[in-house]
Amino acid sequence: MRSVIDIVDLTTEELDELIKTAVDIINNPNKYSEICRGKKLATLFFEPSTRTRMSFEAAMYELGGHVISMTDAGSSSAAKGESVADTAKTVSCYTDIIAMRHPKEGAAYVAAKAASIPVINAGDGGHCHPTQTLADLLTIYREKGGFDNLTVGLCGDLKFGRTVHSLINALSRYNGIKYVLISPEELKLPSYVKADSIKSKNIPYTQTTDLESAMPELDILYMTRVQRERFFNEEDYLRLKDSYILTPDKLKNAKADLSIMHPLPRVNEISAAIDDDPRACYFKQVLNGKYMRMALIIKLLKEAGTI
Amino acid sequence: MNIDSIQNGVVIDHIKAGYGMNLYELLKLGELDVSVALIKNVQSKKMGKKDIIKIDADIELNLDIIGYVDPGATVNIIKDSVLTEKLSIDMPETLVNVIKCKNPRCITSCEQELDQIFKLSDKKNGEYRCIYCEAKAK
Ligand SMILES: [Zn+2]
Repeated sequence: MRSVIDIVDLTTEELDELIKTAVDIINNPNKYSEICRGKKLATLFFEPSTRTRMSFEAAMYELGGHVISMTDAGSSSAAKGESVADTAKTVSCYTDIIAMRHPKEGAAYVAAKAASIPVINAGDGGHCHPTQTLADLLTIYREKGGFDNLTVGLCGDLKFGRTVHSLINALSRYNGIKYVLISPEELKLPSYVKADSIKSKNIPYTQTTDLESAMPELDILYMTRVQRERFFNEEDYLRLKDSYILTPDKLKNAKADLSIMHPLPRVNEISAAIDDDPRACYFKQVLNGKYMRMALIIKLLKEAGTI
Repeated sequence: MNIDSIQNGVVIDHIKAGYGMNLYELLKLGELDVSVALIKNVQSKKMGKKDIIKIDADIELNLDIIGYVDPGATVNIIKDSVLTEKLSIDMPETLVNVIKCKNPRCITSCEQELDQIFKLSDKKNGEYRCIYCEAKAK
């Protein structure tokens, strides 16, 4: 059974196909409003992530399907000691597709191995979150008309931020990409990500700690949050969390058609004063995330022969 | 047991010096009820120093474990005091329940019944990664 655990599970052709479907959904929503009629999505959230769960649920409803949720892990099978595999097998008996969030890395892989229906990883700890990357890709596609010849600035926590690693993996498949990696010394992009997704493809990149000097050349600025749960030491977190805060004055040398992105939720990395700037795209990302989840649900259910 | 002559058993030779103990432990040779010798820092013309393990019983060893610890080791099968077989050792593609994932955020840290599976991710550097969380084996 085909599942999507990591963005690398999808080929470039499949990414293009998902984007094409999502754009068609946006243009012809009626064509898709009954496509999942009578089908059920199970949202298994072993840790709370209300925005991701709601996005999946909205996606399924807009495809004419139903949703069954396991939201309260505290009173669910997991709390009684049932394994992820058993939960996935059980849920396979009465739904058609699973979206799963779990605090442990690799949990979605375990579920996908056990389930007899497709599993979409809605985040497994800090490991993978492929539908976030799909949201990012559709946003860039819609804002820029494609992926070729873009200078992409990635700013903040590039070390632990898997969202950034996945996005780099996906964008590096297109032509003419250039990266500007902006982070404090301690949160630089890990060398294995550079080796696998940038250097091996001879993609040009620069590394800097200075956001403002990098600003003028950027077509995309992808901001990230420094996450407390990634640090073993509170002091390091407090020291690094405010490294980059995007304010209107920092944008004065930015391109007029810059796209400012953020996977949300933000803490204070982007000042609210920027929300009304036409270059702010982070709420569009949220909407695009729903469209890409719709496209992915359709694709997996079609491959499974369910629709 | 005379460590020089084995009648029926297995000799793991050409183990990189210092790796013999690790191999002894991963192969769980301490649990065997037969004579086992671990000889450290043996002079070797080819290697300078090497470790050797001799097992005085005709047992089947998990060659994947040997390939993981030291793909350069050789395994000699002795029958009636004669070397009957030299087994070639290679780095295994997959390691099942040999080593444990040390990533505290890995699903295997809280679901103990899952098999501990590692895949060879970089043959040149002998690097293995957990199939669940992709953490490198240390
Ligand atoms: Zn692991």
